[in-house]
Amino acid sequence: MSISQYIFWFLSFVALISALMVVFSKSPVYSVLSLIMTFFAIAGHYLLLSAQFLAAVHIIVYAGAIMVLFLYVIMMLNLNKEAEPHKKPYIQIISFVAIGLLMVTLIGTLKEAEAIAPSNIANNVGGIGTVEQLGKVLFNQFLLPFEISSILFLSAMVGAVYLSKKNLQ
Amino acid sequence: MQDVQVLISGIPLNNYIYICAALFGIGALGVMIRRNAIVLFMCIELMLNAVNLLLVAFSSYLGDNSGQVFVFFIMAVAAAEVAVGLAILIMVYRNAQTSDTEVLNQLKW
Repeated sequence: MSISQYIFWFLSFVALISALMVVFSKSPVYSVLSLIMTFFAIAGHYLLLSAQFLAAVHIIVYAGAIMVLFLYVIMMLNLNKEAEPHKKPYIQIISFVAIGLLMVTLIGTLKEAEAIAPSNIANNVGGIGTVEQLGKVLFNQFLLPFEISSILFLSAMVGAVYLSKKNLQ
Repeated sequence: MQDVQVLISGIPLNNYIYICAALFGIGALGVMIRRNAIVLFMCIELMLNAVNLLLVAFSSYLGDNSGQVFVFFIMAVAAAEVAVGLAILIMVYRNAQTSDTEVLNQLKW
């Protein structure tokens, strides 16, 4: 096994274990901390796939902004209660079965993609995923969606400020 | 730049598909079995990240930049979604004094 395979399995292990801890830990603060660990593992995956720009943006946006927001809301609302009641057992059983079926469906649908990918891997010599390459694509081919996403941010900001006002009339 | 080929040559694309399906499944499981609304949000983030990772993997294996641009836009939408969602959650908590999704059932048939 090569070094990149060891890194791949290590990062996948960390990501899956901490994702399970997000779901099954009792206190929301532990969920947030596990989620940060998952995000760092996924950023490592991005680096392994040589998507440096996305790895940096992922760390900044998720670990920097979104997680701070989550922690801030948990502490502001004082939601850190240990005794969260569980759902009914039959709902949990149904959920596990449904998720198993969902994963089987996803894998069965997507695993045909490998037949296409390795034949094209030789094309991958332009250094995709660097800031330079992504910037060229983003500001030529995807310029309109990029500008529209700024309007999305503006409306999200206005919406968030409006929703968190004291008296909504 | 040969890095991509060298780095991922030993890893079949199917491995990424298994990992991402598992991450997505864990996120969906959390949405189904947890009752705390803020944990539900985190599980939605997990599902979004599983999709992002698979898009980046496909983009790297195909040598196409577009997949990574899609991931960039998904991150933008996720950030906006979390800001608005947490504002809604704060408002709900202020009115109902709880974040338990079983208590907030007025829209349930």
